[in-house]
Amino acid sequence: MSTTADTVEKKGYDVEEIRAQFPILKELVHGKPLVYFDNAATSQKPRRVIKAESAFYATINANVHRGVHTLSTKATEAQEAARETIRKHINAKHAHEVLFTSGTTASLNLAAFSLGQLLLKPGDEVLISGMEHHANIVPWQLACERHGAKLKVIPVTDSGELALGASDHLIDQLSDRTRILAISHVSNTLGTINPIKELIAEARKRGIITAVDGAQAIAHLNVDVQDLGCDLCAFSGHKAYGPTGTGVLYGREELLERMPPWQGGGEMIDVVTFAKTTYAKLPFKFEAGTPHIAGIIGLGEAFRWMEDYDKAAMAAHEHTLLEHATTELLTIDGLRIIGTAKEKVGVISFVIDGIHHYDLGTLLDQQGIAVRTGHHCTQPLMERFGVSGTTRASFASFNTVEEIDSMLAATKKAAKMLR
Amino acid sequence: MSTPSTLVQAQQEVVDEFALFSDWQDRYEHLIELGKDLPVIAPEKKTEENIVRGCQSRVWLSAEHKNGLVHFTADSDAMITKGLVALLVRVLNDRRPQEILNTPLTFIDAIGLREHLSPNRSNGLVAMLDQMKRYALAYSSIP
Repeated sequence: MSTTADTVEKKGYDVEEIRAQFPILKELVHGKPLVYFDNAATSQKPRRVIKAESAFYATINANVHRGVHTLSTKATEAQEAARETIRKHINAKHAHEVLFTSGTTASLNLAAFSLGQLLLKPGDEVLISGMEHHANIVPWQLACERHGAKLKVIPVTDSGELALGASDHLIDQLSDRTRILAISHVSNTLGTINPIKELIAEARKRGIITAVDGAQAIAHLNVDVQDLGCDLCAFSGHKAYGPTGTGVLYGREELLERMPPWQGGGEMIDVVTFAKTTYAKLPFKFEAGTPHIAGIIGLGEAFRWMEDYDKAAMAAHEHTLLEHATTELLTIDGLRIIGTAKEKVGVISFVIDGIHHYDLGTLLDQQGIAVRTGHHCTQPLMERFGVSGTTRASFASFNTVEEIDSMLAATKKAAKMLR
Repeated sequence: MSTPSTLVQAQQEVVDEFALFSDWQDRYEHLIELGKDLPVIAPEKKTEENIVRGCQSRVWLSAEHKNGLVHFTADSDAMITKGLVALLVRVLNDRRPQEILNTPLTFIDAIGLREHLSPNRSNGLVAMLDQMKRYALAYSSIP
C-alpha cells in the first residue's frame, strides 16, 4: 500500500470540482450565497466525510477493541485504518505514535500534563511564543504551576514573526533550565508560518523536548513529523475537513513510552488490581474510554480526501487567494493588516480605523459572509498589537477569488454604513 | 420623546418603527443611527464596576432609582451593540421595577434582531439585560 502510494496520480486542481463536494456551500445565509471564510475556526466537510461518519452508525456501529463479534471487529478495523492513513499522511514511523484525542486542545493538555509529570522540576522552564493560541498557553501554565516551573515567551515582531536571536544563538530565551519548547507551526490569528524545523533542531541539540501546535498547519502545509524532527505534534480533525470532536497527538515512540498516562479508565489498562495498575501498550495507554469512533472514521476519510489532491497545488491556490485579498483589502481607507510575515498561510487579520470588529462581522454576516471577529483566543497577541480584536478571513481549498471580491464589496459597504 | 405609558406600548412603538424598513441595510442603518443618538454616558460612569463584559464588544450600564422609577444610562464600544443598547434603554427607562420584572421583552424578536441576544454573539447584551433586571429587582424592595 505504502509502496504504491507515491505513484498514485493526484487529481488536477479544479476549484469547481472541489466545491461540488461540499454540500454546505449551496446553503443561503440571509438569502445570500454563503461565503465561508472561517476555516481557521473549523473547515467545511466534503460529502465523503459526512457519509463515512454516518455509514459507521448505519452499518458497523460497535465498540472497538472489546467484542469478539463481527461488528466490533469491523469497527476496530475501520478505526485502525484511519490511524494508518494519518500515520502515512504525517510520515510517522509507527501507527501507534498516532494518538486519538478530542482535538488539539485535548492533545496539548495531554502533552502538558504528562510531560510536566515526566520532566518538570522547580526552577525549570517551558518556552512558548507570544503568538500562541490559549490552548498552547494555559495547559503549560497549569503544568508550570503544578511543578514550580517558569513559563518563558519568545516575543513577536511588528510584522508578526518570532523575534529570534542572533544567528549563533537562534532563540535568546533558551536557557540551561529549558525543558520543553511548545510552539505553533502556524499562527491562527496572523497566519504566520514559523520556522519550526530550525527551532526544533536548535532545541534538540540541547536535549529540549519539542511540542508543535499543528492545528493551523495540517490542512494547509505538508506536515512531515520526521522531517520536522518534533517530539510531539497536536492537531484537530475538524480544521482539516474532518468531524468535530476528533484530534491527534503524534508522539515519538521512545518519548510516549516514558510519558505517564493522562486519563485513566477502560481501554488504557493492562491489569487492574486495587494495589497497582499496569498500562496497556501504545497507543491505548493514552486513549482511555470509548473513543469517538464514528468521528475517527470520518477523520480517516478526510485525510484520504486530502491525499487525493496535490497538497502543494492546494497551498498554491490558497496563496493566490491570500495575495488577492491582501492587495485588495489594502485599498480600503484606514485598513491595517495585522500579521504581514513573509511566510503565511491563507489567513488575513485586519482592523479598520474607527470601526469595531463586532459591527463589521455583523454586517458581513448580513451579506452572507462568514468571518471570525474578536481576539481569536490569542489575548496576549492582541495586547501585543494594541487592538481589542480583529476581523479574520481564513481560506481553504474550496474558496475562490470571486468570493474574495464579494467580501471586499461587502466590507466597503459595511464601512460606509458605519462611518 | 415622551415616555409611552406602558412597557408593552413602548415595545409596540419600536416594532412599528422597524416595520418601515424592508431590508437589512435600512434596519441596520437605523440601528446605527439610534446608537449615535444615545445620550453619552458620563466618563465617571464608565468604570470597571459598570462594565458588562462581552467577549466581542463591551457594554457599560449604570442605574439610578428616582421617585420610584429606574433610570438607566448605558454605552458600548461597538455601534450595532450601542444601537441595541439604546433600544433597551428606551423601552425600559423610567419605569417601576415591578413592570420591568414582570413584562416579557418581545420586541427584539419582533424586529428580527434576536440573533444579537444569542449567547453565541458574546456582545454583552444578554449580560446587560440580566443586569438591568437585577437592578430592578434590587430597587423593587425599596419603597
